[in-house]
Amino acid sequence: MNEHAQKATVFLRDEARSAWHDNAVWWVRQKRDRAQHSVPEWEELRSLAQRIKAHALSRLADYLEEFERNARALGAHVHWARNADEHNRIVHGILRDHGVQRLVKSKSMLTEECHLNPYLIERGIEVVDTDLGERIVQLLREPPSHIVMPAIHLKKEDIGELFHVQLGTPKGVSDPKALTEAARHHLRSKFLAAQAGLTGVNFAIAETGGLVVCTNEGNADLGVALPPLHIACMGVEKIVPRQQDLGVFLRLLARSATGQSITTYSAHFHGPRPGGELHIVIVDHGRSKLLARSEFRRSLSCIRCGACLNTCPVYRRSGGHSYGVTVPGPIGSVLAPSIDAEKHAALPFASSLCGSCTDVCPVRIDLHHQLLAWRGEIAAQGLLPPDKSIGARVGRIVLSHTWLYRMAGSLARFALRVLPRGILYSRLNAWGLSRELPVPPAKSFRAQWRARGKP
Amino acid sequence: MGSREDILRAIREASPPPAPLPDLNGRRGQKSGDLAAQFTLSVEEVGGRCVRTDEASLPEELRALAQSLEAKIIGSIVPQLPGIDLSAHVIPHTLAGVDLAVLPGELAVAENGAVWITEAGLKHRALFVLAQHLALVVPVSRLVNDMHEAYEKVRLPRPGYGCFVSGPSKTADIEQSLVIGAHGARSCTVFLVE
Ligand code: SF4
Repeated sequence: MNEHAQKATVFLRDEARSAWHDNAVWWVRQKRDRAQHSVPEWEELRSLAQRIKAHALSRLADYLEEFERNARALGAHVHWARNADEHNRIVHGILRDHGVQRLVKSKSMLTEECHLNPYLIERGIEVVDTDLGERIVQLLREPPSHIVMPAIHLKKEDIGELFHVQLGTPKGVSDPKALTEAARHHLRSKFLAAQAGLTGVNFAIAETGGLVVCTNEGNADLGVALPPLHIACMGVEKIVPRQQDLGVFLRLLARSATGQSITTYSAHFHGPRPGGELHIVIVDHGRSKLLARSEFRRSLSCIRCGACLNTCPVYRRSGGHSYGVTVPGPIGSVLAPSIDAEKHAALPFASSLCGSCTDVCPVRIDLHHQLLAWRGEIAAQGLLPPDKSIGARVGRIVLSHTWLYRMAGSLARFALRVLPRGILYSRLNAWGLSRELPVPPAKSFRAQWRARGKP
Repeated sequence: MGSREDILRAIREASPPPAPLPDLNGRRGQKSGDLAAQFTLSVEEVGGRCVRTDEASLPEELRALAQSLEAKIIGSIVPQLPGIDLSAHVIPHTLAGVDLAVLPGELAVAENGAVWITEAGLKHRALFVLAQHLALVVPVSRLVNDMHEAYEKVRLPRPGYGCFVSGPSKTADIEQSLVIGAHGARSCTVFLVE
């Protein structure tokens, strides 16, 4: 069994909890559907978003230069990082130069991807994630299990216990309101004590040199409004050409993510605060490699709304941690193999290829086609596990010889009838682990067709 | 400078074929007949409250809000409800005790209840997220239909900070139950002024 399947099996052992997870995530998908239906021009917006992103990617280097020029003119410092390691070194360097020991962060999938937190903590900096969900998983020393709802795998009782131990809330308190209130007080003190604030970036506007950061809690705004130093980390793909383009993306993002018409705070930062400093770190980390691959480059249009996770039957039933990557779900299974195909060879197979992800994606990424393309690529690179590669080879031979196919059909009908369960459902039959094989028909379809006098 | 050049070169070499940038000029979402009514509805949907009033009644309305919230410390840059002396605060941290922040909004978006605020006239923009409650005052003439129109009209402060604020601060990170008052304002009241 591959790693994803193994971890999914563990997740599914607690049936009540995994069913609850499935429902909780599906509920968010339904909220998204309602939001979509309230916008009659939804499909048009998706097409516009797709085309804006395709254009931005086609001239990405020019736009990055334009963005850099405008951001610098506004007084921001711009840094470039080829990979995660360089990104971490740059951020640490900025903090060290400013003598920062206490950092507050709002959500940034990029810094998760780069494992910035452990890097900084090892070097003696206190790093506090301030998004409530992220703070919860940080206190648990776990990675987020969802890109929009980091603690979606936890029940309120788990969080109540965690807060009791870590924040001193009374034992047994698990009311979300009370827990959120406790977190508010706890994090307020962190905000007020912070010497620097770090944010992710939802959109970087080339024509203005500005950054847009969207949150519901207000933690990004608060985190960079108190300390004088703001560090913003962004992947190269976050560029949009014009201010106007935001009209399209902001109408799609929150509706796709949580079913809200817009996030509570959509902050626009142009340059540093008076008397403060803004450092923008632009990161490649595998993105230019992905851009070079015509079949996969569309995945760079992702605006990290999480809709493809919420709709995915595999994600909902296996949980975010089973993927073993920062971005789980369909989009993660497309992105991860581009960084390391061998390590993540199982992920493109963690899909039913039902295509639901493609249907909900606000920027129309052809996710299930890309998952299929990755399967081909992984087979071509010889990275398939033996059960899959042997099965596929046998399948190819059988399906390309009519006589063999017919013989295999009658053999299978015979075998399914006479072989004992112990053999049919042996370890070799991974499919049968949690499913029943079909009852074989007495006659093949061909025979039945002929019996009706059809040619 | 090595990394910058490396990254830009790698991206240039990888560039996809040209793709046209769609024209968005004059684009609008579905039109609402009554912008003020739609805006009011949208604000309620995001957990806020919208009060329709006029210039003459605004001071009274603002005072009534402050009273109902039992707000003792008010941080305001709206003349109709004066508050503490904000210029006396050298660093933003000392504003942490503010109960109610009152700010002018430059635009109000009917489709989602968002109000565009900037730091103009505000020494510390932290005020509006630090305050326990938030009141925004927008002339009804500044209503727009949707985000397309908003971005057409808004002047992004450069340099500077601006934010679309839609309702009070909220989170649903614990079992997906919506809780109002995460880090920022616990309530958000928008005054639409005729
Ligand atoms: S791939 Fe599409 S649906 Fe999935 S997170 Fe990205 S933008 Fe959202």
